[in-house]
Parts: sequence; C-alpha cells; structure tokens
Amino acid sequence: MLRKIRLTLAVLFFIAVTALFLDFTGTIHAWLGWTAKIQFLPALLVLNVGVIVALVLLTLLFGRIYCSVICPLGVMQDIVSWISGKRKKMKYRFSYSPERKWLRYGVLGVFIGNLIAGIGSFVAVLAPYSTYGRIASNLFAPLYRWGNNLLAYFAERADSYAFYETEVWMKGLPTFLIAILTFLIIGVLAWRNGRTYCNTICLVGTVLGFLSRFSLFRITIDESKCNRCGLCARKCKAACMDGKGHQVDYSRCVACMDCIGTCKHGAIGFRLRTKRKKGPMTEYTGQRTGSEQADNTRRSFLTATALVTATATLKAQEKKVDGGLAAIVDKKIPGRATPIVPPGAKSLRNVATHCTACQLCVSVCPNDVLRPSTDLKTLMQPEASYERGYCRPECTKCSEVCPAGAILKITVADKSAIQIGHAVWVKENCVPLTDGVDCGNCARHCPAGAIQMVPSDPDEDDSPRIPVVNTERCIGCGACENLCPARPFSAIYVEGHERHRII
Amino acid sequence: MSEQKDINRREFLKRLGIGTAATSTALAGCDRKNHSMAAGRMAQGEVPTDSMSYRTNPKTGEKVSVLGYGCMRWPMKPVDDGNGEVIDQEAVNELIDYALAHGINYFDTAPPYCQGLSEKATGIALKRHPRNSYYIATKMSNHRLVGQGLSPQELFDASVQMYRNSFRDLQTDYIDYYLLHIVGMGEGLPTLMERFFDNDLLDFLLKEREAGRIRNLGFSYHGDIRAFDYLLSRHDEFHWDFVQIQMNYMDYRHASGRNFNAEYLYTELDRRNIPVVVMEPLLGGRLAGLTDHLNARLKQFRPEESIASWAFRFAGSFPRVLTVLSGMTYMEHLQDNIRTFAPLDPCTDEEFALLEDTVQTMLKYPSVPCTACQYCMPCPYGLDISGIFVHYNKCINEGNVISSSQDENYRKARRAFLVGYDRSVPRLRQANHCIGCNQCVHHCPQSIDIPAQMQRIDHFVEQLKKEKL
Repeated sequence: MLRKIRLTLAVLFFIAVTALFLDFTGTIHAWLGWTAKIQFLPALLVLNVGVIVALVLLTLLFGRIYCSVICPLGVMQDIVSWISGKRKKMKYRFSYSPERKWLRYGVLGVFIGNLIAGIGSFVAVLAPYSTYGRIASNLFAPLYRWGNNLLAYFAERADSYAFYETEVWMKGLPTFLIAILTFLIIGVLAWRNGRTYCNTICLVGTVLGFLSRFSLFRITIDESKCNRCGLCARKCKAACMDGKGHQVDYSRCVACMDCIGTCKHGAIGFRLRTKRKKGPMTEYTGQRTGSEQADNTRRSFLTATALVTATATLKAQEKKVDGGLAAIVDKKIPGRATPIVPPGAKSLRNVATHCTACQLCVSVCPNDVLRPSTDLKTLMQPEASYERGYCRPECTKCSEVCPAGAILKITVADKSAIQIGHAVWVKENCVPLTDGVDCGNCARHCPAGAIQMVPSDPDEDDSPRIPVVNTERCIGCGACENLCPARPFSAIYVEGHERHRII
Repeated sequence: MSEQKDINRREFLKRLGIGTAATSTALAGCDRKNHSMAAGRMAQGEVPTDSMSYRTNPKTGEKVSVLGYGCMRWPMKPVDDGNGEVIDQEAVNELIDYALAHGINYFDTAPPYCQGLSEKATGIALKRHPRNSYYIATKMSNHRLVGQGLSPQELFDASVQMYRNSFRDLQTDYIDYYLLHIVGMGEGLPTLMERFFDNDLLDFLLKEREAGRIRNLGFSYHGDIRAFDYLLSRHDEFHWDFVQIQMNYMDYRHASGRNFNAEYLYTELDRRNIPVVVMEPLLGGRLAGLTDHLNARLKQFRPEESIASWAFRFAGSFPRVLTVLSGMTYMEHLQDNIRTFAPLDPCTDEEFALLEDTVQTMLKYPSVPCTACQYCMPCPYGLDISGIFVHYNKCINEGNVISSSQDENYRKARRAFLVGYDRSVPRLRQANHCIGCNQCVHHCPQSIDIPAQMQRIDHFVEQLKKEKL
C-alpha cells in the first residue's frame, strides 16, 4: 500500500515536472509551476524558507521521501532501474554495499565551497533537479516538439488551429553534450545498480541522507520474523539494506517501500521509531561486506564556442521578373562585451550565484531568445540573444518559472522599465547608408521609443536617415537588433548590462 | 481555326456538399431524372466539352473562347536543391491539354510572369498542339527597363530583344495578340512616352503588325487614366485591335487606388468598337472568397454554382468583351470556370443589382485590394508581400480580424490570426520586416501603398500579441 502511494505520487510528480520542460505554450506552468519551486536546491538558493522547512520536516518525519517522489532525477533513475529489472533474472539484482562517506561528503564540501565562491557552473552540473531539467529540455523536449509539429502539420491540413508549429534548434552545444553525457552515465548507473548516483554524488541526497538518519518513521526489520534470507537486500536499489545483519543505512534509504512487499515473512515494515520493541535502534556502523563497487565516474566536459549557422548567399539582383522570394541570410550572433540576462535577473552576479542551470527558462522562452551560455564560468546558465526573436514586451515567462531566484518574478509593467542592456549602432551595416533606401525599422519597433531617425548629414535634411539611440530610455529588449534588415550582422545590437536598472 | 473536339473524357471527383458545387444549368439537355445519385452518377455530371461560348474578333473573324487562360499563375514547385522554385511543367501540360480539349483557345502570358518562366512553359505546352488551334497573347514588358538610365536607342534595342525572346520562348513565328504591357503605370503618361514614343518602339510594333508577325495589337492598362485616354485619342492612327482592362463587379464602379472605374474604360472602348479583354475578373481570387454572409446570399440565388462563377458571369455579360482571362492554377478552378462559360449565362439586371449590393458591403471591410499578381515581388528584404495580404484578407472574410477584445470570439480569432499567420508566411517574411524602402510601390497595378499597409498589419499583429486591442 505504502509502495503504491509512493509510486502514484512519484509518477504524478515526474509527469508534472517533465511537462514543465516540454510545454512551450506556458499554460501548464500556471497549474504545475509549483512542482519546480519545491525542488530542494532551487528553494535553498532562493531562500524559500517555507519549502526548505517543509522538506526538512518531511525528511525528519518519513526519511528521503523527497528523493523517491519529488526529485525528477531520482524518479527517472527508478524508471530506468525498473525497466532493467524487467529483464530475465534481474528482478533481484542488487546487493548491499557500504556507504562511501568520503565521496559523499567530499562532493558536498566542494559544492558548498563553490556555492560560497559563486562559481555557478559547478553547482549547476551537480544539482539533481537541474540535471534532470537539462536532460528533459535537451533530449525529451525536441522529441515532444517534433511530435507537436507533426500534429501541427495535420492540424494545418485539417484547418484546425489546435496545434502550431514550433522551431526545434540546438540552443547550446556544450549543454546538449553535458545533457547527453549525464543521461548516459546516470542511466547506466541506474540500469545496473539503481540509486548509485543519489547515494554517492548527489548533494541533495547527501544532505537529506544526513537528516533521514533521524527520521521518525523508517524501514525496520523485525528480527523475530526475519530468517536472514537476504531477499530484501537484493531488492534494494539504494543498496542500503543489510538483510542478514538486520541493518538499514537510513542515510541512503530513499523510502521507496519496495522491500516491504518483498519480504515473504512480513518482517519489514515502515514504522514509528518509538514503537520499536525489539532492542534499541542502532545506527548502521559501516560493516564491510564483499559487495560490488559502484563506479565513480569522473566526467569531463566539452565546450564549444561557436554555433555553426548555415548561411545562404543573398542574390543581389535587379528586379526584372515578377514573383519569387529573395533568399534570407541567417542572422549571426554579434560579439557582446557583456552577456545579456533577462529582465528580473537583476544582475549577472545574481544569475551566476543562484542559477542551477535547469533550463526551465530556456524551455519556456517563446521567442527563442534564451539559450544556455557556452562560457565556462556561467556554463549552461541562461543568456539572451536576438537572432531568432526578441524579448517581447508582453512576455514575463522566464521570470514566472525560475525556481531558484536567478530570475525574479516581474510584471509586464515592471518589464517596460527594466534596462537589461542598451542598443549600439553599427554604422557599416546600416541599410540607409549601404543600400541607399529609407528604413527606420528599429525606430518603428522600439517599445521604449528610445530610437529616433535623424539625417546622417546634419547640414542636409534629405540625407539618408540613421537611427540614434537614447541609451537612457533603451531597455535592451532587442527588437531593433532582431528586426534590423542588415544581415547576417545587424546594424544595431544590444550590449548587456552587468546590473539591471529601473528607468 | 479548328476547335479541338477530340475529347479526352475524364472521370471527376465527387465534390458532394462542397461549397464550390457547380452548375446544373450548364448541363444543358441533361435529363434531371437520370441524374440520381443512386445510379452511381456524379452530382455535377461531366465538364462539358462542346458548349464553350465564343465571341468573334471583328477584325479577323476568328472565334475566341469567352474564357481565356491567364498564364500568370502557373503551378510552381521547389527546385531540387531547395533554392527557389520552377514551374511544374507536367501540371501545365495537363492544364493546357484539358483547356484546349474543352474549348479554351486564348492563352495570355508575358515575359516577367512566374519569375520570368511563364512564356517558356506555356510555349512548351502549346507546341504539342497544332498552331492554329489556339491564340497566343504576350506583351511588351519594357516597363522593367525604364528608370535605369538607358538612352532611347538602348531602351529600344533592349525592348526589341525582349520582343524577339518572346518568339523564341513561345516557339512561334507569329503572335496573335500583342500588348503594350501595363500602360499607365510608373509615372503614367511620361513613362508611356518613354517606353513607346520617344524611342519609336510603337512604330516598330506597328510595322511588325503590318508584316503579320503581330496579328492583333493592343495594350493593357492600369493606373494613370491619361495614358489610356491618350492612346485611345490616337486610335484613328494606331487602330487598336483590342484593349485589356481590369474589370470585375468591384472595379466596375469602385476601382481602388489610382485605377479607374471599369465602367468608364469599357464605355470608351465600346464607343470605338474596340474588343475588350478582361483581366482580374476575380480580383486575384478575392471575389471567390467572400464573407460568410455574402457567400450565403449569393449561394441562395444559385446554390449549385461557385462564388467565383458570379464574377466570371459578370465580366462575360458585357457584349464587347472578347475574352475573360482567368489565371487557373488548379484543375478544379479550370473545371469550375469551364462549367461557367460552357455556355455562359449572362447576368440579369436583378443579379447586377445584387452584385453591386455585395460590393457595397465589401467596401465596409478593411481588406487590402491585392490581387496577388506578385508584380511587387521579389521584395529585396525577403517579405512575402502577397502572402501577408492574402492571409489578412482571408482572416477578414472569416471574421478573424477583430476590432476589440470585447468581441465574443476574441480568443479564437486571435489564435486563428496569429497561428495562421505563422503558417502562411514564414516569420522572417512577415510584415514587421518591412523597412519601408518603397521599392515595391510603383510596381503595384492596384496602387496599394504597400509599406503603409504592412505597417498597418504589423501594428494589428502587435496589438494582438500584446493583447492590447
């Protein structure tokens, strides 16, 4: 029964969190956005005391329920492990192994050090929820979107507006590779040994494991009923059950309840600690058994700095015939001295210290503005660029979804007054000067009215008109950069600001 | 002339219940009793092959089908390497074979049509039939050459080159109907002078007519009425054999932009006994897709006929009209039009009044009077100008252009407009990329202020996106 409840809740949470990363319409966040906000590490970073206290209390009461129900990476491993267990003779494939304290606390120590030092990328790589987020947004979301596009294809032919096509594109190569790599490594570990990752590397697992040692309810073995068959240990994906020694390592037990039903003698139960009758509860002391060693894999990451964009050459020709479409060259990312982070992020530093790189903001950005950074220091954390779209005035999606406080909630009204960067004019690319035609598309689309068109020659009123930017009014949304007709490099682009300002 | 009467009888798709259900009146002599569905017969019956209506060219005595084939909208297909598109020659061959087999004998093309590919494709398809079974119309499209600093002699040479290219591409040694293309465009009368008079090009063409290489000489008109009046004022000298004008139940009394009401144009031509060739009878398809209300009203009168048939019957009802051109891209359009013209059932006075009333309602909608002729394209900044207008007009007809968020179907209409917009026009080719360079404006035969319309639509889209209507 307990197991069924755990399974039901776990599946619901898993679907909910996954849906957050797959949904590009922004509708699901209104209902299920909280499932991301109750994740341990993001809540810690955003100093969400309520959630932290609740999770701590939950763990002190029932053990690591968080790990087996709420954490999507944990549930994902359970799913992999479950499929693996469907193989012949693999149902009881686990065995007890001792705790690797030095590894667990070592990783935790390094992590806390980095957190204090504000090195976001290391935090990002290890955070479990974010790891899952990267896997979901990089590996699952494209499949989901292709599926959606297929439906959109049919919908279009059925004259229905139920589905619309979305663009699937490689948002950041390093993040993509890291997502693949972590998926493979964690997947293989789970396939073979269940929760190895959670009980050796995962820092949330280490912290909650420390707390769950003292949990009120816990798995206990009734020694009077146990015949030391050891079946429970072979069913324990956390490798924390020493059935023969009647011991459970509560720091690693994720309260999955699998063992309860496994015991043919009803010796195992999930009971209140004080109700224990048979002897005082002894904490597991680290007994050595010959168990198979879990792999501890060191990972190395690739970074690539450039995205390859295919460019077609524009056929510059006189119009002699009717019809047809001119080729459009893809825009390229201009070199920016300071990266742009979205409104609500407050400053580069705030993002660097809070963001766990879960990619939720990147997944929901409807304008294809946000993508994971490729810079080593801010690796996988979001940054904005405007080749595909711009930060539209009516959208505050990323600020709504961020669970970690890297992008704080703003309203549409706030957004119109937050300066995240400023536009810079590039004379050599400006169409009125290069093509000799009227333009002003940047000025026409500036939501802040920060761009004016003025004669390029102050003495001649009918000289080609060029844009001038009032950097005090500019909010850095990138409408000008995105809608500039100059290609592949726009004649106006946005430089980011280290700290955002209210104007 | 011989009319193709060996008929390739074809089976047709059932089009039960579809709005374009067409005529039974065209099936003259068809016994209604034998028309039952239970017998497995098709509701519409076959497209008639032997009842096309014809008009006589007073000069040559030849009989021209009242339905003429416009070769400006041939079906296109993407090039294999994905860059650009070419004409789907097989489809063109099929359409032309079918048209000839059903009595159409007038084919109207021009050098710039279909990205410059129309003449060649039309020539290939027609070459497969006896030269005396059809009439070819093409044009002197040297309006593309003016304004480039050519001297009169250079312009003359380039124009003659264009003239000769038409013979080569159409694979013929004479042209039945040759037109001074789009007279009245550009700056109007001055442009006309530059194109045909200052360089004596018209003299050359008149001599070609004498020599028989041009059998009928005429002109097509859009825009500046002075150019039209000027050419007609010298009719005694030039003896125009025909004139092509834009005429439909909208333009008859309510021409948009710089265009002149067709009523005036037709009356002037009729007075001089000049045969009239009608172009844009359907306003580029706009008169085929009306709002639900107007659609239902016309359907009530003639439930089995298409909405498009009204526009064609309107144009064909004028006796001085020699032929009515339709750019039929699809076999279904061709079949529907053949049903309308085989034979033609002219509009009654009551029907004329109904159409005028239809126009009065249409004028209340903010549609863009674009006929999707694509003269404005390619836009150097990549916009799909006609695609944007087509989508906008379609949404107006379907009630998806709303004026306020208080409208009861606001959500649905907003979604239909925005999702449909991304579907019909790639994002990089949408109205917000119009920079207002104005290069397209003087190409538009409907004198639409394209950049202004783009900004209007862009503004509407922005309001929809921001939900600020």
